[in-house]
Amino acid sequence: MTELTNLTVAGIRDGFRNGDFTAREVAEGFIGQVEGARALNAFIIETPDHAIAAAEAADRGRAVGEFGALSGVPMGIKDLFCTEGYQTTAASHILEGFVPTYESTVTAKLFGAGAGMLGKLNMDQFAMGSSNETSAFGNVISPWRRNNGDGAALAPGGSSGGSSAAIAARLCPAATGTDTGGSIRQPAAFTGISGIKPTYGRCSRWGIVAFASSLDQAGPMARDVRDCAILLEVMTGFDPRDSTSLDLPVPNWQAALSGDLKGKRIGIPKEYRVDGMPPEIEALWQQGIAWMKDAGAEIVDVSLPHTKYALPAYYIIAPAEASSNLARYDGVRYGQRELPDGAGLQDMYAATRAAGFGDEVKRRIMIGTYVLSAGYYDAYYTQAQKVRALIARDFEQAWTKCDMLLTPTAPSAAFGLGEKQADPIAMYLNDVFTVPASLAGLPAMSVPAGLDSQGLPLGLQIIGKPLDEQGVLDAGLAIEERAGFTARAGKWW
Amino acid sequence: MSNYRIQGATGEWEVVIGLEVHAQITSNAKLFSGASTRFGNEPNANVSLVDAAMPGMLPVLNRECVRQAVRTGMAIDAQINKWSRFDRKNYFYADLPQGYQISQLYHPIVGEGSLLIDADEKAGIPEPKTIGVERIHIEQDAGKLMHDQHPTRSYVDLNRCGVALMEIVSRPDMSSPAEAGAYIRKLRSILRYVGSCDGNMEEGSMRADVNVSVRRAGEELGTRTETKNVNSVRFVMQAIEYEAGRQVDVLEAGGKIVQETRLFDPDKAVTRSMRSKEDAHDYRYFPDPDLLPLELEDSFLVDCRASLPELPDAKRARYRDALGISAYAADVITADVETARWFETLLAAGAEAKAGANWLTSELFGALNRLGRTISDCPVSPVQAAQLLALVADGTLSGSLAKQVFEIMLESGEDPAKIVDERGMKQTSDTGAIEAVIAGILAANADKVEQYKGGKEALFGFFVGQTMKAMAGKANPKVVNDLLKKALEA
Amino acid sequence: MSVDSATVRKIASLARIAVSDAEAEALAPELSKILGLVEQLSEVDTTGIAPLAAVVPNHLRLRDDVVTDGDIRDKILKNAPQAEHGFFAVPKVIE
Ligand SMILES: [Mg+2]
Ligand SMILES: [Zn+2]
Repeated sequence: MTELTNLTVAGIRDGFRNGDFTAREVAEGFIGQVEGARALNAFIIETPDHAIAAAEAADRGRAVGEFGALSGVPMGIKDLFCTEGYQTTAASHILEGFVPTYESTVTAKLFGAGAGMLGKLNMDQFAMGSSNETSAFGNVISPWRRNNGDGAALAPGGSSGGSSAAIAARLCPAATGTDTGGSIRQPAAFTGISGIKPTYGRCSRWGIVAFASSLDQAGPMARDVRDCAILLEVMTGFDPRDSTSLDLPVPNWQAALSGDLKGKRIGIPKEYRVDGMPPEIEALWQQGIAWMKDAGAEIVDVSLPHTKYALPAYYIIAPAEASSNLARYDGVRYGQRELPDGAGLQDMYAATRAAGFGDEVKRRIMIGTYVLSAGYYDAYYTQAQKVRALIARDFEQAWTKCDMLLTPTAPSAAFGLGEKQADPIAMYLNDVFTVPASLAGLPAMSVPAGLDSQGLPLGLQIIGKPLDEQGVLDAGLAIEERAGFTARAGKWW
Repeated sequence: MSNYRIQGATGEWEVVIGLEVHAQITSNAKLFSGASTRFGNEPNANVSLVDAAMPGMLPVLNRECVRQAVRTGMAIDAQINKWSRFDRKNYFYADLPQGYQISQLYHPIVGEGSLLIDADEKAGIPEPKTIGVERIHIEQDAGKLMHDQHPTRSYVDLNRCGVALMEIVSRPDMSSPAEAGAYIRKLRSILRYVGSCDGNMEEGSMRADVNVSVRRAGEELGTRTETKNVNSVRFVMQAIEYEAGRQVDVLEAGGKIVQETRLFDPDKAVTRSMRSKEDAHDYRYFPDPDLLPLELEDSFLVDCRASLPELPDAKRARYRDALGISAYAADVITADVETARWFETLLAAGAEAKAGANWLTSELFGALNRLGRTISDCPVSPVQAAQLLALVADGTLSGSLAKQVFEIMLESGEDPAKIVDERGMKQTSDTGAIEAVIAGILAANADKVEQYKGGKEALFGFFVGQTMKAMAGKANPKVVNDLLKKALEA
Repeated sequence: MSVDSATVRKIASLARIAVSDAEAEALAPELSKILGLVEQLSEVDTTGIAPLAAVVPNHLRLRDDVVTDGDIRDKILKNAPQAEHGFFAVPKVIE
């Protein structure tokens, strides 16, 4: 059944409808792949029962001519999504054993459309990280290796690193991701897959473990742009349970998808040309510009003058929100409790949180606590939100000159596990190109565009106007059609 | 200015008081979740996933809570902020599952307003006084901790957690316990008129944080303490009295007042330091990123204003000026919305205003006091009371008969007409019958008739009493008077 | 701004995360480095700029005052490390 596991979401959906195979065959194929790839540590738990039950329901539906948009499609679910009856940990010890009694809006929509769940995907703890090295359940290993034969274990990117690794290794055709500062786009770029973060407010945040509420946004990760469009249509939509949800109809992105960019203006922001960026990435960017022209687009130079302040603003706002969002993990209502002998309530909190949170999570909670604390609030938080307003304004001004922006997704290809762990700042710099769009709530996607000299995937990023997912997907498709990216990781696991 | 002073060993001290009243907003569902606000349910029954701060749960604001806060602001002529925002107040406690309270620090929904406390000579408030209200903001209530159910554990009940509160923050404009008491009573009265809070202090629907400082006359404000969650008017007054006295003692002994949070012990009527909250003062407020700014539309504000009832001060003035009701009765009747509502139903059922007001403040209140009841569980309806007053007005019942009928109404709940009918309690103006009785009485008391005629006119009352007694109280007193005079002068 | 280990202990205490002296010692330079990164913001002129209030233009929607939730005590207590008699249980709190 391995050829079934090479199919895209559209391929599975169509083949299943045509009667080429059963949903159960597809599910079993992927379950086999998952079981055979434990060396990648992409899953925190495997849930074959869920995938099989969904497949059987799809097969029964087909017998009476009923199809959901995702009937017969098994998926991986990032462990940040609360799944009813299945442990949800956010890759943290503090939530170990937590079994939600509710289903997140996004997963409910996916399952309602017929998708099944192969398992809960590993990730950076509480989505804080860019390499998947902060998970309490061990690193995810990228299926990719350098072509120099060093056999070094590489990072799949983060925080949705289980998602990216699993898709790249064909353990699932698609997965959910979440993106706070680049957590869909950067891992997609590292593993040669596609991923889109829609406009803030398109996907409901209800039932997704919160990292930074004003930035968190779910989105699909898959092998190609069309699959992203298919999944995005299911995942998005108004949810009255999320006050920041956009009350707008979901466009039919898939039907309108077109790689023809005639009449479109693509902006090239000069501030994204950063010091020390590898020439290969610069070259790929130039190649992307050529592809855009080839697709009929006009190229314009634009300036986003506050770009260099995006990362500092992000590292105030995201930790500030996180320090508050993560206060609920206190060992009282769910998750792990640490109760030293004779401990009072406050001691229990401190012990529980010390034992339950990983180092990076603690670091960010402390930064967030510090910048909000008495006397520092205005200098840090208020200033960061003002700079954020300036960053949003930069984009608005750019939109007077262009319809979309083209940039590299990340300043480097995948790095080795352990290489950047010692220096948090070096790790944070990974998100330098993805964070600005997050701060401004803009739709943005990464598509695979080529390989570097070490044989590792590189991605290009499209950033669109608010609500213009269509433009982003179209430009993504234009790249995809021209890049002809077919490389995949050789199986070593 | 109140002349309340504390006599210290070294001289006189003034007291400066500000109150932060937490009033539970009347609503069916909680501020940010769909769970019920009902009082007294099983533990953790009125709790949603949002209230328990389960991972990924999000707040959605209840329109009614916003409406009630706005109406309350309008009732105290406050500035209504069309743009407000919710902030998170971060601290760790077992009654606070989110680890933060959603409140409004930077941009409250209601700004500056004021209310008028009434003069109360006896309480040392010589004239009405305006107390400033700095702001009203909306926030979540916390859950409840039970400390006495287990030797080593506290139990957490989240039923109250997330219930909507208004925090009504006064200016430090009060200068005696009596003024603070009057302020809370007036505020409670307004909230109950508006319908934004039931004012039930026993159930915790209203409680006050009491800020107290002392100073020598004319000096700058002193350091204040905040005594938390005091839940009756009497306790608020006691807490101020104790706390002001304590502060004077500390200062006169050369000590300093520590700005701190204190707790009131109602059994001993003292306040004491609340150490458990001491390290929690850095609340790290910031705008709640799960919520957007709250923007109020003009139409919403128009609806809020249109739905406001006549408020106690306006009603009292109208009762006095337009209805001619005595100042005393107008005060008593308008103090609580239930009484005013009862009274207005009485008028609507045909009672005359002055007679109705007098009857209500004397007869009805006397009866309720005796029975230990309130106007909301009064056994006699205002319509029945209007019928009773009509029977007096048309001469069917004398004052004393009316009292008797009212007693029977209180016990039986029956209509007055029925009681009068069945028990033959009608007052009689039948001159023939009365003349016959009078003739008999004058005959049996010939000596007294002589004395009367000889100038001892005080005996007239004796003849009236005898006649009424013989008529079992049912004779119309005016007719008796007239006929007696005629008979004695004959 | 560089933070010392005493400041780290203070922040950790506010955040209710127990840290040993050695951990506080190790965290101080890490946090200082991150603060060094974010302090670049002070060079941005933000005069007259309002802090961002909503990421994407959107209105706060209000919910009707209807009871739609609750009566799910079993679900509420299901994951509790310690629940007794319908309550969550915590170490005794002295107020
Ligand atoms: Mg207070
Ligand atoms: Zn309050």
